[in-house]
Amino acid sequence: MEKIKSIADLKKFQESYKAKTAARKQKVVVNVSLATCGIASGGKAVMAAMQDELAKQEITNVEFITSGCMTYCFAEPTVEVSLPGKDPVVFGKLDEASARELVHKYIKGGEPVGTIIPVNYTRAVL
Amino acid sequence: MSSAMKQLRIATRNCGFIDPENIEDYLGIRGYEALANALTQGNPLAVVDEMKKSGIRGRGGGGFPTGQKWEFAAKNKASQKYVVCNADEGDPGAFMDRAVLEGDPHSIVEAMAVCGYAIGASRGVVYIRAEYPLAIQRLKKAIDDARSYGLLGEKILGTDFSFDIELKLGAGAFVCGEETALIRSMEGNRGEPYTKPPFPANAGYWKKPTIVNNVETFANIPAILVKGSAWFASIGTEKSKGTKVFALAGKITNCGLIEVPMGITLREVIFDIGGGCPGGKKFKAVQTGGPSGGALSYKDLDIQIDYDNLIARGSMMGSGGMIVVDEDDCMPAVAKFFLDFTMDETCGKCTPCRIGSKRLYETLEKICSGKGYESDFEKLKILAVNIKDTALCGLGQTMPNPVLSTMNTFHDEYIAHVKDKKCPAGVCKDLLEYSILADKCIGCMLCARVCPPNAITGKKKEAHVIDKAKCIKCGACIEKCKFDAILVS
Repeated sequence: MEKIKSIADLKKFQESYKAKTAARKQKVVVNVSLATCGIASGGKAVMAAMQDELAKQEITNVEFITSGCMTYCFAEPTVEVSLPGKDPVVFGKLDEASARELVHKYIKGGEPVGTIIPVNYTRAVL
Repeated sequence: MSSAMKQLRIATRNCGFIDPENIEDYLGIRGYEALANALTQGNPLAVVDEMKKSGIRGRGGGGFPTGQKWEFAAKNKASQKYVVCNADEGDPGAFMDRAVLEGDPHSIVEAMAVCGYAIGASRGVVYIRAEYPLAIQRLKKAIDDARSYGLLGEKILGTDFSFDIELKLGAGAFVCGEETALIRSMEGNRGEPYTKPPFPANAGYWKKPTIVNNVETFANIPAILVKGSAWFASIGTEKSKGTKVFALAGKITNCGLIEVPMGITLREVIFDIGGGCPGGKKFKAVQTGGPSGGALSYKDLDIQIDYDNLIARGSMMGSGGMIVVDEDDCMPAVAKFFLDFTMDETCGKCTPCRIGSKRLYETLEKICSGKGYESDFEKLKILAVNIKDTALCGLGQTMPNPVLSTMNTFHDEYIAHVKDKKCPAGVCKDLLEYSILADKCIGCMLCARVCPPNAITGKKKEAHVIDKAKCIKCGACIEKCKFDAILVS
């Protein structure tokens, strides 16, 4: 990667990143919360189950992101699924079986399933 | 405001939204813009000024105005200065710093560089506890990536400003979260505090001006600088600006991290966001500020949470742990729990803390085992106040808070333990008595079979009895009895 040498370089990078964001919007994005706590409660197994199920169902338009703490300790493991054109939805209390069901019902069929955590905050977006 | 939107996420704005191991995800959402703007403007004192105008106060516990602290160091003419990030998060039940380090490490790297620029330091150190391996790994990667992108190191963004960050791992001593002990530990010495002044901002790490700020404080800084101090100062109360991250733990339905504007009421935190106590139990109190704080009770539900209101109630903001206790918990036992922690963690350097914690603990133990007298209350109070007045550092000065505040707010529970020799919540084992209700017992013999010391006797299909001299109060019989025939009083 080229070094960022000036504020102009930084602005240029921000512009180019917009293309990445736009491309993401065309896809299903699965954001898996993998802080220490998410991993300890089985987040990695949930992610593997979802990837396996997507492969079995031959669904390819999905991008996985691994992020940090989503702040919902009471509902770990949690994943946030963004379907194209829809608001992201956070699903909690997942295990391997419910992760597979999430793929079937929500990613494939658009039908909400399991424990959904409502958005309970506003966020300072820079 | 609808109850759904009571939270405002500034310090945790990126946690759970970006990939912490991908610097491009951070750059793409205006990451490092605060640093770039500061460097382009070329006026370090303007950064200090922005921090002062924002009104942000230290999020690690004491609540000292961050801008003012930076100003002390900025005005010092020393050739070498240091920026230190205190990531030695040790309060029982507090985990917000870990969440930020694991979820958004670049915000800390950026903020430390900004601080370095503002005060004229070229070196930063993150003092992080070794028990946070994933946070360490992600922070290391963030620092390496920032270096390879030219955002740390020599001549950042084509200016004359150079700054780099190294990690120092703490060995897990609670006292090392206290800034002077932390500095001693970083220098390779035993983690023991020393008396201030000199304050670290004037003479800290290797006797050079050193800014020690907490992880959460740093996490706020890029947002303050990008969105402006006026925006930040518009959030919160008159003397406490912005938001605070709390870790809700204990007897609470929605345990987890929350970030709320200063000035929110305890009721909103516990009931609207936390969902109250599980199982419909009655909320009794919340311990804020960990072992250094105090208990706020159901009577305090309508106080507005900020630095000064908590201190006025005999508690403190601390790092933001909130441990919720319900009607099944015994307050003297809760105070004893925290004392047990501080007694373990005192470094032993000063007498009030080393011996005082032990004596406080012993007195509480006496009360909890039914051997206390009413005169012990006075002794506890005198000792507690003496420790507060004479201990060397923040650990010792705040250690009696849980005792004083529970004694104030839950005096009736203390009285019950010493006068009636009863524990109203049924927690203190020595004060419990097990008996069998003859009219409910059908003589199934299940309890007698599981009783470890064979304290239960009786014939089949006849009411059983417990030999109180033999009973060890283990509760095995209650678990087995299907007829609610066992009474604990």
